[in-house]
Amino acid sequence: MPSLIDLVLEGRNIQQHHPWPRVVVDAQIWQFAASELAYGRWTLVGLWGEPSTVHMAIMDGDATAVVSLDCPDRVYPCVAKHHPPALRLERAINDLFGLSAQGLPDARPWLDHNRWGVRSPLGNRIDAPATTSPYRFLPTEGDGLHQIAVGPVHAGIIEPGHFRFTASGETVVRLEQRLGYTHKGIEGLMRGAGIERAAQLAGRVSGDSTVAYAYAFSKAAEAALQLQVPDRAVWLRALLAELERLANHLGDIGAICNDASFGLMQAHCNVLREDILRAANTAFGHRLMRDVIVPGGLVRDLDEEGKASIAAVLDNLHVRFPALIELYDNTASLQDRTVDTGIVTTALAKQYGAGGYVGRASGRTFDARRAPGYPPYGDLRFEVPVLDDGDVNARVWIRIREVEQSLSLVRQIMERLPGGPSNVPIAAVAGAREGMALVEGFRGDILVWLRLDGGRVDRCHLRDPSWFQWPLLEAAIENNIVADFPLCNKSFNCSYSGQDL
Amino acid sequence: MRKLLFQNFFRGPLTERAPALDEAAVEELATALQRAARRRLGRSLSIREIDAGSCNGCELEIHALSNAYYDVERFGIRFVASPRHADVLLVTGPVTKNMSDALERTYRATPDPKWVIALGDCARDGGCFAGSYAVVGGVSQIVPVDLHIPGCPPPPVTILQGLLSLLDRTAKNVAST
Ligand code: SF4
Repeated sequence: MPSLIDLVLEGRNIQQHHPWPRVVVDAQIWQFAASELAYGRWTLVGLWGEPSTVHMAIMDGDATAVVSLDCPDRVYPCVAKHHPPALRLERAINDLFGLSAQGLPDARPWLDHNRWGVRSPLGNRIDAPATTSPYRFLPTEGDGLHQIAVGPVHAGIIEPGHFRFTASGETVVRLEQRLGYTHKGIEGLMRGAGIERAAQLAGRVSGDSTVAYAYAFSKAAEAALQLQVPDRAVWLRALLAELERLANHLGDIGAICNDASFGLMQAHCNVLREDILRAANTAFGHRLMRDVIVPGGLVRDLDEEGKASIAAVLDNLHVRFPALIELYDNTASLQDRTVDTGIVTTALAKQYGAGGYVGRASGRTFDARRAPGYPPYGDLRFEVPVLDDGDVNARVWIRIREVEQSLSLVRQIMERLPGGPSNVPIAAVAGAREGMALVEGFRGDILVWLRLDGGRVDRCHLRDPSWFQWPLLEAAIENNIVADFPLCNKSFNCSYSGQDL
Repeated sequence: MRKLLFQNFFRGPLTERAPALDEAAVEELATALQRAARRRLGRSLSIREIDAGSCNGCELEIHALSNAYYDVERFGIRFVASPRHADVLLVTGPVTKNMSDALERTYRATPDPKWVIALGDCARDGGCFAGSYAVVGGVSQIVPVDLHIPGCPPPPVTILQGLLSLLDRTAKNVAST
């Protein structure tokens, strides 16, 4: 069986792409790659377009590569036909670039709701007056089925999206999601943007992951420019990333319990979350630590006051968090709601390459901090918790364990933080340079791929972990009762803005 | 669970004192409210939040208002599930074209008298997303806006100042009629 490495040798290597190889292949090799994905030997980590090219990022064990196919005729062999996780990505490529996958099983638009006034805005733009055209939801047949339509404006304070449930009595027989409501055209705004503005845009793809996105974007830009950032910046970035993970996991644990009507847990978790945001504000000047990580390093160094505030939060968390774990573990009425609810099978998690707690609660050991891995994590001690149950309960426990790991990571980083400068100036380099990065955000692995040309962004693609998690929520809710949907949804906590872009 | 509840009983509340009103916000609000006479409401204010394409950063800080530190319910501020129950629409995001219909319909579903607050830098004019083919560029392009709260995202205290000044003004109007 040829490995990904063999396949890379078959294509035309693009020299200026870092740190992993990118090769231009022909349609035959492209299809071969699709079939390897379908057999489950490789994992799809990204699929994106350019005006007349499609790119596919693939992982095979520890090896990572991008294969690219030129498609001057604006068609290319469909991947989703063989490998369903590619479906929404291919629909989005069609919407944005007007490149069509031959034999795409579902040709409905995904991000394009017919409201932009333009078709294929990033490819050959065609003016198309905005109209209201109904979306054809998939048909459901059977006796006594009824539909429930929810959204885009939801009852709670959450992002907009539409859920179409088909239920038989109380039981959900199908959930179909319709997303794209928050599509802001970020990849369009990226085109031609200077690096500084592009980094700001990246940090606004999904607000809860602003650190992780800025981190991934900066790493990709630095890879393209072959720029080494100072040690102190490397370590500080990890500190920010772990603080972001802590804050979000605490918020999620509380919110999931609240959706099972256990508000006490949320009250306590949100206090701990707020403590972290305040310490972040003291240390880095922004509660969500936005615009702190930039290509070249960080715009702000950590001073003694910042260090002290983070240390105080850590001490408090060490005292308070164990009591909350015990509370979760000992409340039978809560577990009654979370155990066996919304199960994602290990097979599905593997097929979709689901990252983050969704993947790790369903047996997938992947964590981008480990493999492919990036500094300083190789020098830090941490475990990657994995469970097989795949239910809401497992997704809560993965978060609990990750809170513990992040606490330990923050401590280790604070103790061993190297001195020296926290950034280097970036110099524009002439000619096209390409870079890619995979960074583990709290929700899962974020992929950023970009091409710089003379200090400006020529093309930048940002792939949220939610692309490979949203479809699993459709599967997880099947045969559960409608009333358990908020609980399941919260346990996934997928990003709308991140996938809509 | 009993142990935890017991401990908290003796720990004292975490809730902080209400922040002082912000001058700029008060001024912006005062002009807005002159135009909109308000008599029907008492101190209780019901808010319907609408994400019109935000990055979700603003939502995180709105959520924070309900934690024990800020505890907005004590000001008679409630977040409601339906626009039919709302006095105020709190709108975030640059207003994506894909959300503009939903925003307008939610506005129409809200009974009079009603106020619209645009929250966050991108709700004012599209912020860093302005100029995209996919955004309208600010809440006021679709529905009339009474108050803008700046920030990316505005921290909870800033949101609270905006909301409180709205309430404060409202109460005075009621008292003077
Ligand atoms: S103002 Fe900032 S935080 Fe709020 S939605 Fe816009 S980009 Fe996100």
